[in-house]
Amino acid sequence: MPAEAPPAPAAPLLVVRDLCVRVPSRGRMIPLVDRVSFTLGEQDILGLVGESGSGKSVTAMALMGLIDSPGVQITGSALFRGQELVGLPQKQLRRLRGREIAMIFQDPMTAFTPVYTIGWQIDEQIRAHERLSRKQARNRTVDLLAAMGVPDPAQTANRYPHQLSGGLRQRAMIAMALSCNPALLIADEPTTALDVTVQAQILELIRSLRSTYGSSVLLITHDMGVVAETCDTTLVLYSGRVAETGPTDALFAHPGHPYTAALLASIPPLEGPRPERLPAIAGAPPAPLERPEGCAFAPRCSYVHAPCLHAPPPPLVPTGRYASAPRRAEADTQAVPLPAPDNTPRPGNLSHGSPAVQARSEPASLRAAQFAACVLPAEGTPLPPRLKDTAPGPGTPDAIGHAPPPRPPSPSSTIGEPHL
Amino acid sequence: MTRPSAPVPKTATEPQSSASASASASASASASASATPLLEVRDIRKTYHLPRGQTLKAVDGVSLSVMPGEVLGLVGESGSGKSTLGRCLLRLTDVSSGQIVFEGQDITHLGERAMRPLRQRMQMVFQDSYASLNPRRRIGDLLAEPLRVHPGPDGRKRSHAAITARLHELMELVSLPLSALERYAHEFSGGQRQRINIARALALSPRLIVADEPVSALDVSVQAQIVNLFTDLQTRLGLTYVFVAHDLAVVRQISTRVAVMYLGVVVELGETDAVLHHPAHPYTAALTAAVPRPEVGAPRAAPLGGDIPSPIARPAGCRFHTRCPAAQERCKVEDPALRPVSQGHFVACHFPLTDD
Repeated sequence: MPAEAPPAPAAPLLVVRDLCVRVPSRGRMIPLVDRVSFTLGEQDILGLVGESGSGKSVTAMALMGLIDSPGVQITGSALFRGQELVGLPQKQLRRLRGREIAMIFQDPMTAFTPVYTIGWQIDEQIRAHERLSRKQARNRTVDLLAAMGVPDPAQTANRYPHQLSGGLRQRAMIAMALSCNPALLIADEPTTALDVTVQAQILELIRSLRSTYGSSVLLITHDMGVVAETCDTTLVLYSGRVAETGPTDALFAHPGHPYTAALLASIPPLEGPRPERLPAIAGAPPAPLERPEGCAFAPRCSYVHAPCLHAPPPPLVPTGRYASAPRRAEADTQAVPLPAPDNTPRPGNLSHGSPAVQARSEPASLRAAQFAACVLPAEGTPLPPRLKDTAPGPGTPDAIGHAPPPRPPSPSSTIGEPHL
Repeated sequence: MTRPSAPVPKTATEPQSSASASASASASASASASATPLLEVRDIRKTYHLPRGQTLKAVDGVSLSVMPGEVLGLVGESGSGKSTLGRCLLRLTDVSSGQIVFEGQDITHLGERAMRPLRQRMQMVFQDSYASLNPRRRIGDLLAEPLRVHPGPDGRKRSHAAITARLHELMELVSLPLSALERYAHEFSGGQRQRINIARALALSPRLIVADEPVSALDVSVQAQIVNLFTDLQTRLGLTYVFVAHDLAVVRQISTRVAVMYLGVVVELGETDAVLHHPAHPYTAALTAAVPRPEVGAPRAAPLGGDIPSPIARPAGCRFHTRCPAAQERCKVEDPALRPVSQGHFVACHFPLTDD
């Protein structure tokens, strides 16, 4: 029961192992999601980041059992409180969906039915899962809308989706998702269609959910800023595969995969000096059909060299500031010269039992929680830490001297995209 | 089946050199920052009449000027009127009142025929790169159309060879391979399609480009490429941009000056970093504070409450007073005018913020 206090962090809420989603195309099975694994603890917020086509939404849809195109093959395992979601019959999935796992979508206009009031739609979901009278259901709806910060909730419940602003619609959507107090909320680009000031309100609301409702959140986004502000753990997807995963603070301070580093570097800074040109990543992500043999990022990577191109793509290996844990085992945590103090809880981070938080209070040697699917850490030449004040981002090849032969410094950002 | 582009003609170099000469000439003209603005609008308004006698004032009295060679960023949330203003600047939408002066000429009431020669010098790039390209025509054909419609610099119809040469030049400018000319829009990624749209806007060597959210539909990694392309083209061809976007970081990267819009009016205008780092209007301050920074533990301000009000029922007095943390009685009745707070920095607020 979600209302009860989670007993111990021992059993994570959701354990996904080697999730694959393959679609048939031209006589082959094309993996859209390729061996994605992650663990989501109770009251944790996990960010799934990636560009369009990276498989982040497909992952979420697969977890919800919402993919039923002909010929699609879903393999791997997704244990939700010990129950296998992959291959679960629709009948049992229907009992989970809405009650245990709820989802909110990018566009609340299309996610609501236009012909019923939003109150009617929220009531319906409550009554589908619980034996309540209409009046009781409506009372809960109004309470939920009020808790989501909807002004005049009783009136708003009687309105149709088109009568509400985008921000209010998204609040109503979240109210509907939370109506049966789900343990897991999957939010697929919940703020992408919203203005920044409204986005800030919705992100604050999502951050508050775990303390008020005890929910875990799987947040899907393409915006690194949203991840940095919201998520405890981050999973970077590239072309259907996990490129990097780790605690958000460690991953942002010390990206282990060149893609993560380059992605962070290509975001124009709002403060500090304005670069003449942005360190852009050349080209575009490969289509699933044209994914290269080895590392999918290799054609765009500044650090690409022979081992990157070989057939099995690089596995996830420990990286980041704790990658060299054995050597640093005797060193004190304080010796790690990084801006983020380890024991300071982040604002709004109230969960004590969550594995991510617990991991942060453990000694450095036990915290090799950051992994990158890249050959660099294994070769002993990890990326340099990303420091706030050094002007040209770490994505630029000249930032490190000991890197493998960088690609010829092409005028990367203006070159034609490769898969033309 | 007629294919627009034949094998590379030998005459390709000649028009190219003349084009680059004119480009460098305009670049040097912009460098000497003349005092006459390239484009000036005075108190323009655009009102839409809705059923039941309601009116929507999308643009409600905007005056600003765009100097040659500068990049003016227009920022604001959806419903602020930034896109409508962008369209009004090029007379793609007719204004209800006010005056638009382009290169010293009042174009507010020019007819379509009189506008046509001017259209060569002002072009637009739209957000949706796919919807902007006819899916049934080859890229080369699409790009050649403006060159066929408008006469060449000598006043005569452009020859087939001149058009082909210009197409090749355009592909080089936006870093696309020549083979792209033979393809259709659906064969390209979003970033490449936006390059094609930029190439089409450049075809007639315009002086002014209004870009309406040109990078917001692109992935982050591709967005940086297109922002760089805009910057490169500007330095190379001496272009002037009006860059409409909601992403403050992108606008900061590219703009010389920024105009912040709220409910149809400009509430703050000034040099980019002056406006974004030392905002005088509480709305600008809230807007910059709300942008999520890609830094863990970055200081976070309390978000602004509420939504942007409907432009149909805009609040009396200062438009922002319903959401403003510093609103006072005066703000509810008196609409503040845009006034200078420092050299080149204007704000429409009764109680502008100061740094200390």
